[in-house]
Amino acid sequence: MTTLTLAKALNEGLRRSMEDDPKVLVMGEDVGRLGGVFRVTDGLHKDFGEDRVIDTPLAESGIIGTAIGLALRGYRPVCEIQFDGFVFPAADQIITQLAKMPLRSLGALKLPVVVRIPCGGGIGAVEHHSESPEAYFTHTAGLRVVACSNPADGYSMIQEAIRSDDPIIFFEPKRRYWDKAEVDLAAPGLPLDRARITRPGADLTLLAYGPMVKTCLEAAAAAEEDGRDIEVVDLRSLNPLDMGVVAESVTRTGRCVVVHEAPVFTGFGAELAARITEQCFYHLESPVLRVGGFSTPYPPSRLEEYYLPDLDRVLDAVDRAFTY
Amino acid sequence: MTSDAPRGVDAPPELVQLLTPEGERVEHPDYDIELTDEEVRSLYRDLVLVRRIDLEAVALQRQGELGIWASLLGQEAAQIGSGRALTDADMAFPTYREHGVAWCRDVDPVRLLGLFRGVNHGGWDPAEHNFHLYTIVIGSQTLHAVGYAMGMQRDGGEAATIVYFGDGATSQGDVNESFIWASVFNAPVVFFCQNNQWAISEPLEKQTRIPLYKRASGFGFPGVRVDGNDVFACLAVTRKALQNAREGQGPTLIEAFTYRMGAHTTSDDPTRYRVADELEAWKLKDPIERLKAYLFKNQIADQEYFDKIDAEADALGKDVRRRCLELPDPEPEALFKHVYAAPHALLDEERDQYLTYLAGFER
Ligand SMILES: Cc1ncc(C[n+]2csc(CCOP(=O)(O)OP(=O)(O)O)c2C)c(N)n1
Ligand SMILES: [Mg+2]
Repeated sequence: MTTLTLAKALNEGLRRSMEDDPKVLVMGEDVGRLGGVFRVTDGLHKDFGEDRVIDTPLAESGIIGTAIGLALRGYRPVCEIQFDGFVFPAADQIITQLAKMPLRSLGALKLPVVVRIPCGGGIGAVEHHSESPEAYFTHTAGLRVVACSNPADGYSMIQEAIRSDDPIIFFEPKRRYWDKAEVDLAAPGLPLDRARITRPGADLTLLAYGPMVKTCLEAAAAAEEDGRDIEVVDLRSLNPLDMGVVAESVTRTGRCVVVHEAPVFTGFGAELAARITEQCFYHLESPVLRVGGFSTPYPPSRLEEYYLPDLDRVLDAVDRAFTY
Repeated sequence: MTSDAPRGVDAPPELVQLLTPEGERVEHPDYDIELTDEEVRSLYRDLVLVRRIDLEAVALQRQGELGIWASLLGQEAAQIGSGRALTDADMAFPTYREHGVAWCRDVDPVRLLGLFRGVNHGGWDPAEHNFHLYTIVIGSQTLHAVGYAMGMQRDGGEAATIVYFGDGATSQGDVNESFIWASVFNAPVVFFCQNNQWAISEPLEKQTRIPLYKRASGFGFPGVRVDGNDVFACLAVTRKALQNAREGQGPTLIEAFTYRMGAHTTSDDPTRYRVADELEAWKLKDPIERLKAYLFKNQIADQEYFDKIDAEADALGKDVRRRCLELPDPEPEALFKHVYAAPHALLDEERDQYLTYLAGFER
């Protein structure tokens, strides 16, 4: 066991992948000497050289477009988008090409491209540096979309993502980059498309991913003092969605609250609520409730504590779920 | 391949320069400038005051009063020279670093601090100052500027648009598209690229193999490289480009050759990627020192004047600091404001629910 921050765990995972497979490349803005603005690629440029760790020109469409070309040539590019809000210049390449080219080739082509995106708020940043754009991508067939929430998953999920032959949007909760935990570097991780029951409980299921997993665990611990036994499920993969784990959990607890930073309106929670209603209807004691961002752009940092779901807002929804 | 040699230290021959780093006035066949002593002193004052505002902002960030700050240190002449070339009718589109241009457009510096403090995302009225909002997404504003210039073209009259962007931004699709639009529509726009040699940790050669101003010719309009640390040259070159634009001669790309003397932002650590010698070499070309030397040598200003400006700068620094600290934090209700021009039922419902929820804690 080693104690690692999430950023370092991802770094170790990238390093391991690069050692295992010479076709793995890292590319993006400032990923070289600087090691990325969050230092996730720290040291890779020095150890693997600039042919494998590529500081690209400042153009996200270019990063993804050329990554597609490299993948067509047999490479496995891992692209870093510096901040969530800067993935949009690349949206065309991701949505019209990366997601659809394999199908267009009737399966002849594979595009093993990983797009790493530091996501979410809570770091006091200026505009475009705190967003949660996952629903744009879960809505795009052809992409796998995952979100890690802790160092051990960061380490194993990034390696699994790189091994996958499908394009993957890989979300990293930036405000958790500096959180530390024990990581077993030798343990095989859970398969990439599996959800995990992070905290078992009997009374209500909290569904979360990425940055909100920690918030939900804290809320569950606080609820315990009120005598409520809350289960926390870390979805890990948003597309595909591990409905087996989700439905089993909600069927057992009968109550469910979905938590994400992204706006509630047409957010990923809407999909979860609909599916749970379809599959667990006769077991539900209350409607599936959602806690998330408001129908507003991400606010300036002096307001983000109001915008972001926190312990109190999660507990408030838990309370409401018990009023039915 | 990246080299460790300091970059941009030897001024390339094609650079338009009217004032040497030593403060000597030199002639240029295509560009000249006639300035009264008063105007020259006023440029000096601008340079000193914006540097002072910038230093105060860096200090405020260090003390936790701003989330982040993007310093203009070293780029004062490029910004003041180009900013003072604008008429009231001209329009400017900035990035996030154009504090000197904002100064020229009479935007209260505290407004800029408010954005970096996180009380709002900008918040000045662009029409009031003919200075657009700061744009953080690299390169986006170049297209807005060209569209705005196309509007000016249709409206008639004597005005042009200037748009600021960095060396790194020249790689973005939007910027290249804006060059095409400007060229095809002969838009009255000046592209003002501050080549400060770095895009965070990436040196210029990660973006280009040719001098940036030469890109213009491929798009079909003139490009010129100016000494970005020479306020006279920046003023002269920008004036001419703006005048050409106003007269219907279309766009110009100006590459202001300068240097980012500080970190990219207060979050950045340049020791990880650039050598200290480079900064030392550029310090010898400091935009303020050379103008000061010129003023002194030509007896346009004396020590008493410099002391007076320093005192004014200190007072301004204090004033900006005080008013920054007095900026009220926005009320939670502000979350829901200005998202739409017309009422929006869902948003109103969310606001009411949330304010009721918050009120529950006050009891
Ligand atoms: C579309 C987009 N991608 C990435 C970023 C992150 N970023 C902020 S500033 C910067 C470098 C900009 O370099 P340059 O254009 O030279 O301007 P400078 O900061 O040097 O003034 C980057 C990559 C961004 N703001 N927008
Ligand atoms: Mg730059």
